Amino acid sequence: MKVFRWLWAAATLAVLANGFRVAMYVVPADRDQGDLSRILYYHVPSWCGMAIFFALNLICSIVYLALRNRNKVIALKADALALTSAEMGVVYCLIGMTTGSIWGRAAWGIWWTWDARLTTTLVLWLIYVAYLLLRRFTSGAEMRTLAAVLAIFGYADVPIVYMSTRWWRTQHPSPVFFGGPNSGLDPSMLPALFWNMAGWIMWGILIVSLRYSAEIRAQRAQEKAAVAALEVA
Amino acid sequence: MKRPYFWVHLAKDLRIEWRSRDAINSMLFFALLVVVIFSLAFDPTRSFARQISAPVLCVAILFAAVSALNQTWARELRHNVLDAHRMSPSPAGALFLGKVLANFLFVSVIELILAPLFVIFYNLHALGNVWLLLLAVPLGTWSILINGTFFAALSIRSRNRELLLPLILFPIFMPALLAMVLAIAAILSGESDPSLWIKVLLSYDVIFTTISLLLFDTILYAED
Repeated sequence: MKVFRWLWAAATLAVLANGFRVAMYVVPADRDQGDLSRILYYHVPSWCGMAIFFALNLICSIVYLALRNRNKVIALKADALALTSAEMGVVYCLIGMTTGSIWGRAAWGIWWTWDARLTTTLVLWLIYVAYLLLRRFTSGAEMRTLAAVLAIFGYADVPIVYMSTRWWRTQHPSPVFFGGPNSGLDPSMLPALFWNMAGWIMWGILIVSLRYSAEIRAQRAQEKAAVAALEVA
Repeated sequence: MKRPYFWVHLAKDLRIEWRSRDAINSMLFFALLVVVIFSLAFDPTRSFARQISAPVLCVAILFAAVSALNQTWARELRHNVLDAHRMSPSPAGALFLGKVLANFLFVSVIELILAPLFVIFYNLHALGNVWLLLLAVPLGTWSILINGTFFAALSIRSRNRELLLPLILFPIFMPALLAMVLAIAAILSGESDPSLWIKVLLSYDVIFTTISLLLFDTILYAED
């Protein structure tokens, strides 16, 4: 397992390095935006990573709720994965917002606008930070159940947030930005996107696997401490 | 004839509130304070009073509701009443529904008292269809209370439950807040059609009422 993880880490680094090379030196600059468009190759993969890991969080939460009284071992594993994928999703969300903000400053002259997509991601980020806070403020088996329930609420909220912010902004179109910066990407730029997408998602899997094994160890230590406390009493 | 379970829970909560009037008094004063504080901060005498009145009303109701929601389950913790609820034959959903309805009635009372004050403070006269407020405000209130009551039950077991409730309620509530503010603002200004936002509120309410009723069992018996 350890060897596999080292190999995976090496492969991730290699893919990321190649992704950087392709994105910065190989693909042509955008006709309108010039070199500024290259941040797209880091911006878009982070959204894909976020979508993957938040969906994983929902799936693991449902698995935990379904199995918590029947198969405790698998349920605990699902819970550890739910926690780590939520953390990873929050990190991707932050990277996405930061890269987007840097791009926005250069392209529109402002760091932030209350556009539908930006607002949605901000609310999404807040929801999952609240999820992580809940996990911190409660403890034990009930914390896992409560967190899993909150994960379902959070995920159900996402489409409503998106639709409502879209209608909100469609009624008052924002002057700086309408449509998307990447509506139709030139095929010559696709390799950079694919390499970075692969690299960053591999990176996410690597971090999640590290956090996951740490979390499993923490669970075991907790169990051991609980058993020891019972034996003393 | 046997009364439905949620009705028994509702009657009990109303009776407790009638005897103490804790929730209504504290919520009313708190909401009033929020309104005054926002008014001082924003200077309501200027021309945009009409624009800020809807957000101030919604935020005041939200804060007041959170202050009361923190107490709504803490009351059940005394003398282990919550454990008694767990053992009773009544389904968990009925307990939840009774609580939400009771809180809904309390907050509605607050709104009825607050509304005339608002008209006086902000010198308001609605330019749109005023009767639609009777649809938009209760729907918005329900959206606060359905999630608020659920998350209050969820955070009751945490170390700092008074702090946790707003932390998890506010992010989830944001789309409903947006819809509520825009619907009320559209009705007050008469400039745009509020029906879209009333529909958003309605769908938010339907979705989260369903999820809450389905998952309340899990929350109530989370310790098992």
